[in-house]
Amino acid sequence: MGKAELPLHAPGTKVDRGYIGQSVPRPNAARLLQGRGTFTDDLRFPRLAHVAFFRSPYAHAKIKKIHFEKASKSPGVIAVFDGPTVAEYCTPWVAVLAHLKGIKSPPQHAIAIDRACWQGEAVAAVVAESRTQAEDAVQLIEAEWEELPVVVDMEEALQGKKIIHPEYTDNICFKREHDTGGVDEAFAQSDVVVEETFHFGRHTGVCLEGRAILADYNAAEHSLTVYHATQAPHMMQDIFSRHLKIPEANVRVISKDVGGSFGIKVHVYPDEMATAAISVILRRPVKFIADRLESFLSDIHAREHRVKVRLAVKKTGEILAFDLDDLTAIGPYSVYPRTSGIEGNQVVNLTGGPYKHQKYRARMNVVFTNKNVTCQYRAVGHPIAVALTEGIVDLAAQKIGMDPAEFRRKNLIPDDAYPYTFPSGIKFEKLSHHQTLDKLLQVMNYDALQKEKNDLRKKHVYRGIGLAAMIEVTNPSPAFYGVGGARISAQDGATLRLEPTGMVTVMCSVTEQGQGTEAIFAQIAASAVGVSMDKVRVITGDTGVTPYGGGTWASRGAGIGGEAVLLSGRALRGNILDIAAAILKMEKAELDVRENNVVSVLTGEAKMPLAELGRVAYFRPDTLPMDFQSELTVTRHYTPRQYGFTFTNGIQASYVEVDPDTGFVRLLKHWCVEDSGTVINPMLVDEQIRGGVVQGIGAALFEECLYGPDGQLLNGNMADYLVPMSGEMPDISCFHIDTPTRQSQLGAKGVGEAGTAGAPGAVMNAVNDALLPLGARVTAMPFTPERILKALKKV
Amino acid sequence: MEHAVETTLTVNGAKVTRRIEPRQHLVDFLREELGLTGSHIGCEHGVCGACTVRVNGEIVRGCLMLAVQADGCEVETIEGLSDSRELAKLQKSFHEKNALQCGFCTPGMLMAAQDLVRSKKKVSREEIRAHISGNYCRCTGYQAIVDAIDEVIQGK
Repeated sequence: MGKAELPLHAPGTKVDRGYIGQSVPRPNAARLLQGRGTFTDDLRFPRLAHVAFFRSPYAHAKIKKIHFEKASKSPGVIAVFDGPTVAEYCTPWVAVLAHLKGIKSPPQHAIAIDRACWQGEAVAAVVAESRTQAEDAVQLIEAEWEELPVVVDMEEALQGKKIIHPEYTDNICFKREHDTGGVDEAFAQSDVVVEETFHFGRHTGVCLEGRAILADYNAAEHSLTVYHATQAPHMMQDIFSRHLKIPEANVRVISKDVGGSFGIKVHVYPDEMATAAISVILRRPVKFIADRLESFLSDIHAREHRVKVRLAVKKTGEILAFDLDDLTAIGPYSVYPRTSGIEGNQVVNLTGGPYKHQKYRARMNVVFTNKNVTCQYRAVGHPIAVALTEGIVDLAAQKIGMDPAEFRRKNLIPDDAYPYTFPSGIKFEKLSHHQTLDKLLQVMNYDALQKEKNDLRKKHVYRGIGLAAMIEVTNPSPAFYGVGGARISAQDGATLRLEPTGMVTVMCSVTEQGQGTEAIFAQIAASAVGVSMDKVRVITGDTGVTPYGGGTWASRGAGIGGEAVLLSGRALRGNILDIAAAILKMEKAELDVRENNVVSVLTGEAKMPLAELGRVAYFRPDTLPMDFQSELTVTRHYTPRQYGFTFTNGIQASYVEVDPDTGFVRLLKHWCVEDSGTVINPMLVDEQIRGGVVQGIGAALFEECLYGPDGQLLNGNMADYLVPMSGEMPDISCFHIDTPTRQSQLGAKGVGEAGTAGAPGAVMNAVNDALLPLGARVTAMPFTPERILKALKKV
Repeated sequence: MEHAVETTLTVNGAKVTRRIEPRQHLVDFLREELGLTGSHIGCEHGVCGACTVRVNGEIVRGCLMLAVQADGCEVETIEGLSDSRELAKLQKSFHEKNALQCGFCTPGMLMAAQDLVRSKKKVSREEIRAHISGNYCRCTGYQAIVDAIDEVIQGK
């Protein structure tokens, strides 16, 4: 094995890491900075038709009759569709997974048939020559409804007095129980039991670019090209193929620039399936862009959990057991194809995750309601598991009079305990909780900050410090979805091609949503092949071009896609050296590729530019030995297999000030220490963490989809649904501990969800720390001024 | 188009005349009629700032102004200010500091930032944060954006 073939993290070696670890700017950002990106809504096609949807005004109602007469005659209208018509072209789906035992959900259609189950569900479509004309015509549709009983409260849903789906006898989509045994005994042995019920508001992704799809059916070829703002082009290719009955090879999904995703754009949406079906029916390109109001009504929502947690603790600070009861509501359908059982499942898997207790019991119910559907959104389950764990841990520390950092130090799994199996059954390869805690306390100057906080309390300034340790699922193996029967790829591939001029083209199945995927692939490819980054071009987001793969979700792009690029790059370098050896009549082992040249390993002397090697290989192969065929295009794939997930760990801290007169929380500072293994581009990683932290702050302080008792969304616009803006956000300091995963050569773990996972818990603990001297405590996110004033008994 | 109004305006230095439906917003006109897709549509109710363009030297929400209201006006968009290189320093700074991820907010963010840069005031980071508080970015933590604008304003 030459040195280039050793893992990047191999001990005792000085492998040339090239661009890996460097904060290089993203090459593909240049077009976005000039407004010259291509988002799906920017595409212009001949004969392009536009679809707009007529959506249910009721949370639950029978569709008795839809009158299209006036709409059909509206200017520019091409066609109108109801559910049964579209269903002739698009089969319904059921979102269940075999490994989520007992999960159930009724068939869901692209456009509702007979019954609407949430306000905003599409019940008819109008296609016109412009979006404006389509929207005009939607206003002219008249429908006759029969209102049905509405279930909006999840406790009420669990009780099951009103059943949403007539084919079932309850409203339970999925339930899970987990018990290590010995929990009651642990509670009996404990000195202190703390108990708390936390509420997590329902919120949504608010991608700045709405969901976007342009489907272009070619009747002559029976082929469908879909330009789609998605995170998973191959998954969508499979789904369009199966539900529209078009051979897989005839379906091509292309993702141009995507304006933010965060898990919102990895699901199957009925209106998008309808758009594709309508393109088939009308035999012309059809576009649908979700506007902001329909985004709030139809983009997946997330969270909405009520969690009761109990903790058994010794006076010395040792945690003995966690006891958990989680209830979550998901709307009327489990979302296809990932299901809506995963978030609750994650809460069960991850609760108590950083700590070394051995006894754990959990009960979790996922129920149907007549609200918009919920599904996997950035950090899936983590913000809930982290916040409830860290919230109850802080309460326990407070009860026994121990400093919260010291309490954590006492209970965190030791850094030398790995590999480690956690009581929920998940396995950790190698984590670094104690290193991250030590680093955090050092960089935030913990003791001085505590003193500052305490001194200010004497002046009636109420500041709080909150910590949140966390573990996170990254680089998932097929255990996440594939084993349950979902046709979701856990492996990804990368093709690298040396061009005749010595440039390298990279085609990878992981997509770019703005997080910098293409930049890090360029860094890895350049480093692995031995070229400068300006020689690398990266293509992603096209099922007709890239190898097959899963795309972007579950913090997997760098760890899985990056490893495929590394393996492919090393193979290409080997093939380049085969050709160089043939041309130069030298031994392969004497040669290497560095800085766009074939060089002598010993002296570093340039033997041949890659452009010359490319010229010979492509245009003068007649000069090579008769039995020699050059291979300058190589493909490699990677699947994580050894662990179900490559867990990462980290810890965050928040410093806030609460104004007890107004209930406002001012965010003063936020810290994050993260261990995501090999960091490929620190600049990209840090701003991605910051963005995630800000999203988590949104969940903690601002964001909630509010529903009335009739199931009407009350704040479905950006004026009433608050998102974090720059003025309220703190500076966020990021630091790293690097514990590479030994499963791959690259050693990268995921990082995209870390910020969102930990921030709500850290902010909650900081707010409660600030409220402590005032005798108040909040446990229902978001912590609005109203809720804080209520806790202070001022309103 | 029976109620269309003939409207003449200057867009990125070039005079254009079109018959425009009175209800069409400026950003829809720029995108749909002129193909200037750099200005993005994020909320259509004046909150997110993705459609920010410059009209007669002032930044406006392209979703809150009707295209016919721009009759006789000078309209500048991200495409124009990129070609004239007026935004070059900000674009370089944004690029080097990774002050963008998906890039959907970026044209509007740059228009808002340039408004501050053009004022030639030496503003603090807090004032920068306040100035761009009408521009929503879901990807970054805003910090890199503030850093990038700060660098240009401080003339570093």
